[in-house]
Amino acid sequence: MRFIFDSNTWQEIFGSIGKNRTRTIITIIGVLWGIFIYIALSGAAKGLDNGFEEQFENVAMNSLFTWAQTTSMPYEGFKTGRPLQLKLSDVTVLENRIPEIQYIAPRNVKGVFGGSPGLIVKGTKSGSYNVYGDYPVYTKIATKKIYDGGRFINDKDIELTRKVCVIGERTQKELYEKEENPIGTFLRIDNIYFQVVGVHKFTPGGGFESDSDIYIPFTTYRKLYNTGDDVGWLTIAAYDDADVVQVEKDVKAILKSIHRVDPRDERAFGSFNLGEVFTRISGFANGLTFMSLVVGIATILAGVIGIGNILLISVKERTKELGVRRALGATPREVKAQIILESVFLTMIAGIMGIILGAITLYGINMGTEDLDFPYTNPTVPIPYVLGALVIMVVLGTLIGLIPAQRAVSIKPIDALREE
Amino acid sequence: MIEIKDLHKSYIMGKNSLHVLKGINFSVQEGELVAIMGSSGSGKSTLLNILGMLDVLDEGSYSLDNVPIKNLNETKAAQYRNKFLGFVFQSFNLINYKTALENVALPLYYQRVGRKERNVKALRYLEQVGLKEWASHLPSELSGGQKQRVAIARAMAAEPKVLLADEPTGALDSKTSYEVMDLIQKINDSGNTILIVTHEPDIANMCKRVVHLKDGVIVEDKKITQVRASQYVK
Repeated sequence: MRFIFDSNTWQEIFGSIGKNRTRTIITIIGVLWGIFIYIALSGAAKGLDNGFEEQFENVAMNSLFTWAQTTSMPYEGFKTGRPLQLKLSDVTVLENRIPEIQYIAPRNVKGVFGGSPGLIVKGTKSGSYNVYGDYPVYTKIATKKIYDGGRFINDKDIELTRKVCVIGERTQKELYEKEENPIGTFLRIDNIYFQVVGVHKFTPGGGFESDSDIYIPFTTYRKLYNTGDDVGWLTIAAYDDADVVQVEKDVKAILKSIHRVDPRDERAFGSFNLGEVFTRISGFANGLTFMSLVVGIATILAGVIGIGNILLISVKERTKELGVRRALGATPREVKAQIILESVFLTMIAGIMGIILGAITLYGINMGTEDLDFPYTNPTVPIPYVLGALVIMVVLGTLIGLIPAQRAVSIKPIDALREE
Repeated sequence: MIEIKDLHKSYIMGKNSLHVLKGINFSVQEGELVAIMGSSGSGKSTLLNILGMLDVLDEGSYSLDNVPIKNLNETKAAQYRNKFLGFVFQSFNLINYKTALENVALPLYYQRVGRKERNVKALRYLEQVGLKEWASHLPSELSGGQKQRVAIARAMAAEPKVLLADEPTGALDSKTSYEVMDLIQKINDSGNTILIVTHEPDIANMCKRVVHLKDGVIVEDKKITQVRASQYVK
């Protein structure tokens, strides 16, 4: 141990490393490349992972949508091809019968599924925007960020069938002057005046929604567009520990029984399971992280073996030098320690350089993808990974250094000196 | 200083055993300058290697400065070499990426002498061999004679009891050979014990005693009148 902390030892090692420059550089490149790949890959994988997560951060991960289609099988006297319609009463049934459901939000929209969007008029400006009829519970499933001073639709709005609306940032940009505060102002949605109560901030990843959507209370919507108890589709969020796939099956089964549809009819109700998609994507991201770990560590291993190889060759090259050192009084331990320390030192230097280079590259990639529509955010490598890689390198460096070190002392000094 | 009694050494080569040294009795007093001569294969290098603890003896005894040298492991041998012996080789064996000064300082490093003191000492020895101005040069920038002088300075830096030189002039022309011998004689004059293996009679004549080896035994061991090398050196 004393040997390691002796400044003389390090002077010897620096001397030996510094003066065999080509050898040192080639050796370093091997490991540097390894750790660079490791850092860059796992950072990139983490970036993708973060990117995916960001895409979904506003939507409950274990949520699903379901909507009515037309039957494809005759059942209980009904012929095939019967159009189905979800009703408000379905919501209560589902809520009561499936305990895994945390939130369920019936929704309606004008302008997405074939219909024409609502005509919105504000003073002299006008435009066509999708109008959604919503319950406040919807924000539990998909977060809506509302700009300061505003709010989303609340229970009182539903109860009193208030004519209030939440507009999108783009709607605001297109219908209002720059300085004008839209909160409290009125605009005309399909000839009915609505008071604006909030402006929502657009967050990507919510399916077909956009930054120009207008939300009004569900109860107001049904009056405005005369939809009665009809529901466009249901957005359902299950509890975190629930199996979303099972919930999806249960929901469909119950809907089929309510609407008297053959239980085997797969086409009667459509659904989109965000939870399942998310599981798949996060599985993909995990796989990517794992793969980058494996590839990275394998590359580091290759690099360290490269160091061992080069040191082995250099021991052969330096047989005579080592013989001279031993003739001058170097003990086998000192010779061994010198070669192992050289190996570890080279590995460390290369490793640290690789980490720095990898970090710079990740920073560069982050800069380059910042403004692109690409799920890639904040590529980082967790500190334990970095430390782990360093530890692996030191251990491997020592182990691999043992081979040339053992070889160096296995040659008798007399044979070493005789070698020409 | 050196006491060798009934020394035997053989090398095993496959099935054959080659008996190289067949009972050597030999002693060296402090301050002697001994030339070990013999044709190749006579065992002179083997003898020197055993003296230098680079090789082990099979039979007999060897003591250096009244310390019996036997059953040494590599670590102990290395320490003894460092403490007792200085080596000069035919092919100089300088470390090519170290400067002359660093080469001379190397044995001191293994004696755990601090860096500053090491360099001061090394410079003093370089000055003794007349190469102070060449201290920062690499071996590749030195002539053969200069390299050997650096090697001698390195051997002396550890302040050994005995200086062992294996054909120190073997790779040098006669003019530089004499320069090197002049240096060796001067070192000897100041009281150091030196053993030189050589096959050149004129080099042997510059020593104070000549030991002839033939087929593993000493055939002749005589004191001679030293020829001073300085007369050939301008």
